[in-house]
Amino acid sequence: MTILNSSVTDKYELVVGLEVHAQLSTLSKAFSPDSAAFGGQPNHHISAISLGHPGTLPRINKRMVEYAIKMGLACNCSINLHNTFARKNYFYADLPKGFQTTQDQQPICLGGFVPVKLSSGVTKNIAIHHIHMEDDAGKSSHDQHDEYSLIDLNRAGVPLLEIVSQPDIRSAEEAGQFLTEVRRLLRYLEICDGNMEEGSMRCDANISVRLKGQTTYGNRCEVKNLNSIRNVQRAIEHEFTRQIAIIEEGGHIDQNTLNFDAATGETSVLRSKEMANDYRYFPEPDLLPIQITEEQLESIRQAMPALPNQLFEKYTGELNLSDYDAGVIIAEKDLADYFEELISHTGNYKSAANWMMGAVRSHLNENNLTAGQLELKPKALAGLIDLVDSGKVNNTVAAQKIFPELLKGEEATAEQIATRLNLMISNDSNEVEQFIKAAVAKFPDKVKEYQKGKKGVLGLFMGEIMKSSKGKIDPQKTNQLLIKALESE
Amino acid sequence: MNIDEQTVDKIAHLARLELAADEKQEMIKDMNKILGFMDKLNEVDTAGVEPLVYMTAEVNNLRDDVIKQDITTEEALKNAPMHDDSHFLVAKVISK
Repeated sequence: MTILNSSVTDKYELVVGLEVHAQLSTLSKAFSPDSAAFGGQPNHHISAISLGHPGTLPRINKRMVEYAIKMGLACNCSINLHNTFARKNYFYADLPKGFQTTQDQQPICLGGFVPVKLSSGVTKNIAIHHIHMEDDAGKSSHDQHDEYSLIDLNRAGVPLLEIVSQPDIRSAEEAGQFLTEVRRLLRYLEICDGNMEEGSMRCDANISVRLKGQTTYGNRCEVKNLNSIRNVQRAIEHEFTRQIAIIEEGGHIDQNTLNFDAATGETSVLRSKEMANDYRYFPEPDLLPIQITEEQLESIRQAMPALPNQLFEKYTGELNLSDYDAGVIIAEKDLADYFEELISHTGNYKSAANWMMGAVRSHLNENNLTAGQLELKPKALAGLIDLVDSGKVNNTVAAQKIFPELLKGEEATAEQIATRLNLMISNDSNEVEQFIKAAVAKFPDKVKEYQKGKKGVLGLFMGEIMKSSKGKIDPQKTNQLLIKALESE
Repeated sequence: MNIDEQTVDKIAHLARLELAADEKQEMIKDMNKILGFMDKLNEVDTAGVEPLVYMTAEVNNLRDDVIKQDITTEEALKNAPMHDDSHFLVAKVISK
């Protein structure tokens, strides 16, 4: 690949628009009642309709429409109340009908935007052109047989949302953040699992370059087969320099469809403009229009779950958490769900966030779990937070002794565990005095140092008292008593 | 619009049809007739008339999201020109 001087690339601006395909997690297919589940034995999730047999009549899956509206609302789109479907005609072995059922004239969602946070601290709204409903094709395997390609039609007819952005994206970072945000919305809405490796979320990128300050767009190339966010970014970076190199040499960019090779990080021509398909769209006569009422729209709007941005506002505002903590908690829906339940059981939001950011997350990371898989339920953790707040155990004991017990998912509450393991803070001042006296007696020379003004040795005494008391003391109260004892020696 | 041999070739290719020379001539004649008929219809003033797409005013023929599996893999493969136990077999779509 040509290496370009940054003084050359700096003259150019990158222009990217993304098309995201999200497989909807409905039970049955878009227009037929066979299972839409991923996996399954080849050609098991099939019906006469998804096989494209003549004389079959498709019927629209109600849940697909509902999911499409949810995504539109989450992306701030206006919802088109009158929807029709169209046939997009082309021949391919894994498309038994000979056409894709899609929306051409009146997509269900129009306009809208997705805000993305960038590393510069700026939040940029990436505009959405539209979102439409369509069905997926089957799957071809070309490398399992010498002579033939193998066709599995389990995926044929699975509902898809195609989310089309405006050409608003100006860097690989913005593209990555946009995809991360779209995936997060899909997951919060529980309408798609967003797994790019399994193909339940796929992305095509329309990439062009132009001289900075230019108002018209350059010829664009569409890159297909991008199966991870990283690969989308790699393809964009590769195309940016490839296209500039051609223009700098006096060449011109052909409007081609390109394939991305993840092994080399380079693109190659899949179809030229001359080979472009002539899809001959026409209205699908077998599917009657969908008329959505304002009432239906309103009831879907009312049932929308809290979205990541709303939770972020709530956590940083109402709950007074730091931007960083709030950002980590909303990053994954599972974690946010857990936190939401946790704060329904305790009013100490700061402590709840600290537990999430510390002990809970490191346990999840170490064991490669999601918050939803935790044996420790939020209510039990809230019990532990309350136990600390009431001064009955200290933080260290809570984190090191009680938390690991709670993780085992026992029925016992934090308080019951603390009692059983004899970890409750002793309110008996005589007992505390004994521990202090013993510690002071153990290090007479340190006592002298303290009296000469070396206050740092206080930590050593506290450590000793903690050890001998097995943490069953109230650190603050003990600290005061210790100072008194040292000064009166 | 006038249908010539080139247009017929293009449409035949899009429909994956192979036409013999005499069939092409027949097709040119037929399609020009059809377009002539359309031209006649175009003489009618349809300003202000919404295009009629569906033969009924019905809307919302929706179905609940419930799985119903009514054919087996064996039945699905039965009518295919070529198949093995689990897949449809087709000529290699791409060369490796």
